[in-house]
Amino acid sequence: LAMASGSIPFPTSDCYNLRCSRLETSENNCGVPLHFFIPPLPHSSSFINTPLSSFCPPKNSMTVQKPFRLAHGTTTLGFIFQGGVIAAADTRASAGGLVACPAVHKITPIHSHLVVTSSGSGADCMLWERILIREIRLYQLRHGHRLSIRATAKLLSSMLHPFKGTEMCVALTLCGWDNGPKLIYVCSDGARLQGDVFSVGSGSPYAYGVLDRELRWSLSKGEAISLAREAVFRATHRDAYSGNNVDLFHITKSLESGNVLFDVVHQSRKSKRGKNKS
Amino acid sequence: MEYLIGIQGPDFVLVAADNVAASSIIQMKHDYDKMFKLSEKILLLCVGEAGDTVQFAEYIQKNVQLYKMRNGYELSPSAAANFTRKNLADYLRSRTPYHVNLLLAGYDDTDGPGLYYMDYLSSLAKAPFAAHGYGAYLTLSILDRYYRPDLSRDEAVDLLKKCAEELNKRFILNLPSFTVRLIDKEGIHDLEKLTLGAK
Repeated sequence: LAMASGSIPFPTSDCYNLRCSRLETSENNCGVPLHFFIPPLPHSSSFINTPLSSFCPPKNSMTVQKPFRLAHGTTTLGFIFQGGVIAAADTRASAGGLVACPAVHKITPIHSHLVVTSSGSGADCMLWERILIREIRLYQLRHGHRLSIRATAKLLSSMLHPFKGTEMCVALTLCGWDNGPKLIYVCSDGARLQGDVFSVGSGSPYAYGVLDRELRWSLSKGEAISLAREAVFRATHRDAYSGNNVDLFHITKSLESGNVLFDVVHQSRKSKRGKNKS
Repeated sequence: MEYLIGIQGPDFVLVAADNVAASSIIQMKHDYDKMFKLSEKILLLCVGEAGDTVQFAEYIQKNVQLYKMRNGYELSPSAAANFTRKNLADYLRSRTPYHVNLLLAGYDDTDGPGLYYMDYLSSLAKAPFAAHGYGAYLTLSILDRYYRPDLSRDEAVDLLKKCAEELNKRFILNLPSFTVRLIDKEGIHDLEKLTLGAK
């Protein structure tokens, strides 16, 4: 996750891009003041990106002078197996070459059957997680049932669409359970993919390397947890922008007695010295 | 990176698309379907920028279905293609152009099969065969050499296999499998997925 210091001034001009006009007409603007929602001077991104450009920030910043190069340093992953869904992430927030915080929560529970792992810009992710929690809860209160995870992903994707082409960067993986395990990747570019295994962030190629070798549907819960931990650990070893500890969540179908559904397997705040980072 | 191909026969259209959903250098999905069913006999194949493809294709899809609900009959493939082109052109010089490359394939009960090629600048061309993506540079000459207007279905699938083998041999990126569909007067048929081993 990247943390940017310095405040972004609110735009003073009144001419806002029509791209955001959909937000103006939505009811109540989700309760957020309009000038907060509308990004300053959005511009469309060029399609011909250099291969690793998703790991580099866009070069043109017309309004805010960036104090340093924002890196989207993170390793997060999620996968589905016979025992449910595992979500894992590192806990480092980097700001350029500085470890801004060694103990960040990159996995956030939305409701009892859904967590979201976040990568990209830290501030953007925190904001959108809060908005998502609020919108899901409002839907539940208004309609009396919980929104399905696919619909949650589509709702999130629609809410992110007006900001496409701006410098907002969020890449979220929704990991949850509704009539079966679900894993959906949503990013601010507009992509929305449902699948069985996703890893996101600058450390994701390293994590994929470990995951792809050993991931099977028939893993036991203990094997799946240690595989997730191993994958994040290997990624933190190679990637400079990932590190510190590993957060792990296991999401499963609810028990009839209504027990707590999150099995927070390993949330360690202590960084151990030596080669074992988890 | 992404590849689309369409081949029109005397009474059918064969279309295929690769199954890779990529994000920079990573393949995020290996079984992603790039075809959108506009109506019982029209398919829209859509590649391009990440969010634009799904947003634009679903927009066209819902509008074509709305036309049917309002008027009681479906849009012809030619009308759907022109409608799509018009929408693409309207957004082209706005602040939010859609960067998508499309193939629209359909069967009209009066006019027969049709394959329409559209690119992100909203040019539209009806063609007997067409391809999108870097793979098109390698395979269009194969289509030029072996295509005949009176291909049978099996011959068209063989021609498609020739193109896929060429990609497997010479294309720098790995495209392991392709979704293949055929449209004729009976509707849209799913054919067997085309998978090629490593060479």
